[in-house]
Amino acid sequence: MARIESLELRDIRKEFDGAAANDGISLTVRSGEVLALLGENGAGKTTLMNILYGLYAPDAGEILVNGARVRIAGPADAIRMGIGMVHQHFMLVGRHTVAENAALGLRGVPFLRPGAWVAGRIREFSKRYGMAVRPEAPVWQLSAGERQKVEILKALLKGAELLILDEPTSVLTDSEASELFAAVRRMTAEGKSVVFISHKLTEVLAVSTRIAVLRKGRLAGTVPAAGAGRAELARLMTGGDVISAAARGPRIAEDAGAPALAVEGLTVLGDLGPAAVSGLSFTLARGEILGVAGVSGNGQRELGEALAGLRPAEAGSLVVAGVDASGRSPRALRDLGMRHIPEERLRLGVVGSMSVADNAVLSCHRDPRFAKGPFLDRAAIRAHAQGIVDAYGIMTPSADARAGALSGGNIQKLILGRETEGTPAVIVASHPTCGLDIGAAEFVRSRLCAKAAQGSAVLLISEDLDEVLRLSDRVAVMFEGRFAAVLPNSGLDRGRVMLLMAGGGEAGRD
Amino acid sequence: MISGLITDTLSRTLGAATPLLLGTLGEIYAERSGVLNLGVEGMMAAGAVAGFGTAMSTGSPWAGLAAAAAAGAALALIHAFLSVTLKANQIVSGIALTMLGLGLSGVWGKPFVGAPLSARFSPVAVPLLSDLPVLGEALFRRDPVFYLALALAGGLAFVLHRTRWGMVLRTVGENPQAADSAGISVSGTRYACVTLGGALAGLAGGYLSLVYVPSWIEGMTAGRGWIIIGLTIFAGWEPWKAVLGALLFGGIDVTQYLFQDAVSPNFLKALPYAATLLVLMASARRSAGSAAAPAALAAPYRPGER
Repeated sequence: MARIESLELRDIRKEFDGAAANDGISLTVRSGEVLALLGENGAGKTTLMNILYGLYAPDAGEILVNGARVRIAGPADAIRMGIGMVHQHFMLVGRHTVAENAALGLRGVPFLRPGAWVAGRIREFSKRYGMAVRPEAPVWQLSAGERQKVEILKALLKGAELLILDEPTSVLTDSEASELFAAVRRMTAEGKSVVFISHKLTEVLAVSTRIAVLRKGRLAGTVPAAGAGRAELARLMTGGDVISAAARGPRIAEDAGAPALAVEGLTVLGDLGPAAVSGLSFTLARGEILGVAGVSGNGQRELGEALAGLRPAEAGSLVVAGVDASGRSPRALRDLGMRHIPEERLRLGVVGSMSVADNAVLSCHRDPRFAKGPFLDRAAIRAHAQGIVDAYGIMTPSADARAGALSGGNIQKLILGRETEGTPAVIVASHPTCGLDIGAAEFVRSRLCAKAAQGSAVLLISEDLDEVLRLSDRVAVMFEGRFAAVLPNSGLDRGRVMLLMAGGGEAGRD
Repeated sequence: MISGLITDTLSRTLGAATPLLLGTLGEIYAERSGVLNLGVEGMMAAGAVAGFGTAMSTGSPWAGLAAAAAAGAALALIHAFLSVTLKANQIVSGIALTMLGLGLSGVWGKPFVGAPLSARFSPVAVPLLSDLPVLGEALFRRDPVFYLALALAGGLAFVLHRTRWGMVLRTVGENPQAADSAGISVSGTRYACVTLGGALAGLAGGYLSLVYVPSWIEGMTAGRGWIIIGLTIFAGWEPWKAVLGALLFGGIDVTQYLFQDAVSPNFLKALPYAATLLVLMASARRSAGSAAAPAALAAPYRPGER
């Protein structure tokens, strides 16, 4: 494989349905360098890299490898030239083993027993780059972090000299992310180059050599990472738009009435059988935000689903606004004022193949406002949806567009608009800003704060500790299905919370 | 007397199982690549008539068999074009193929109705084993197509699980995006598998008209194409399990001869179809496990779609 000393993109342009996703972008990547591609969702980062990897054909522009013009008609061409890509959504076959996945499309793989042959090379490469994976393991058993290692090893085995990583840390825990950065450094030390797509400033500054910022399909600027200021990068990303950080307004006055939510002895089974939430009790006052921090997989998902009525509780009681709601259906819970912003927004939050308008009334379609006798009132539904689209600034061609075609941030705004209408008693928000860009994330946060100020009680389940510490009145740390501690959020020590998250707390000491 | 009955039952079971096995192997390959082909019945009918006609005019049963495979493959190509290239609904296209195959075979077969077939396969006797008492006659003195079907089952199982081709085609059926991203032609793989599936369905039809019956009657496939689609699910898309499934259904078929004096013939005729229904209901319950359908089954692949 010839070394890629330099790879140049010149005036790349790509349109989708008349809108330019990439507009005259020129970039150079050199050997031994980590080029970060920074930009908000929809800035055109992934489109540009899909062009480089041959998945899309550019409408205009050219690509040069080591100064010579090349044509990349498909991934096979890109692989031959030494370009590898790890997609944000992994391209793995769940039912195949790690080795079989790696053997796919690899040159020199023997006809017989391809998986067995490649296993040895996987072990060699995983040792060289410090990424441990078991070649015999079926992929469906692996965690997201391990799957990513498989994807990177796949690309390296194919002889990638330039590796494109699309939002690689979005599925990783902090320690997995530092492991990834270490592997990236080993690669660049060998003279390989890495293009690192991200919208997170911190990690971009930590890992890259140079930073190219994209905004709305154009190159907003390229700066060396050393000495780059966060403020400057944020300004390049947003084009000078000031993003106001969400801030808590004053708490509403405590009242003596019933708590908005009272949970007593809640036990919920996980997918695999054993209890994921065991004997959890807590109350949530009106106007309060209770943040649930914790490493994922400690029962947060099951807790959120049980509160929304999506997962049956084994034991325990649930009281919403003074009414016993134990064992009620999602619809009954909703009628009591329970709203749910689900973790998997595409699977549980919207129906991708239905229109924005239909999705806007998906959980309140029985509301008399949207009915004309036994029929749906199309005009009222459209007007309601248009209201949400305008109020939340949802970028959609129209209220009749397919919801699944919207970006993640716009889908989340649509869900938010639907679920936080009026002043619901309780809002359960599961990872509400996960995967969103800075602007959309702050929007979601300020909306949750505004709802709390109006009197809604918010349960904020999040893996983003900064978010939890910034928004919450109290912080609950979830560990192995229990709250290890519930602490008032004033002068809270970050280190102590992280220790509790790791199980090294009061509850974990016994 | 009893040994004669065992030999006869076993022999008929294997005879009935052979076309089911051939067709199921083909459908397994098509579905493993992600293409559902409900046109098996039509491809079998086309294979049956093409095989019979060719054997009649050339005097060679082997030429007949080749023509049967070619006819099935030709019809399958139509399905591949519609479902892979044009990305049409595979269920609609497959059912259309069944109707087309049955219709065409009826038209082409008119001159052959009731004609006796002189060109037949002579049984192949496996040395030594064919002299075994009871089993020898039934298992080891059979038409060559039976041995061909068994060899195909073993060979296709091996290719599917132990070779690069098999890995590629399983990937295309599970996650075509991953295959495309690895530089593999999703369309090419699916065309190849659907065509192979059609050729095997054609062979299954040819076996009916050249060996099993042997003559041509319109509608002689008698729903076996649908049983094959059920067997594909029963086999969990595994070639070696297709052998078990085909033997089971072949055995059910033979009950028609065994119990014809004791039980209503209408009930016996309905048995294979009732059994298919039961098997499908049982399979639906376990479909969450390892025997689940290929993940991309019946889903056309559109590159770049979210």
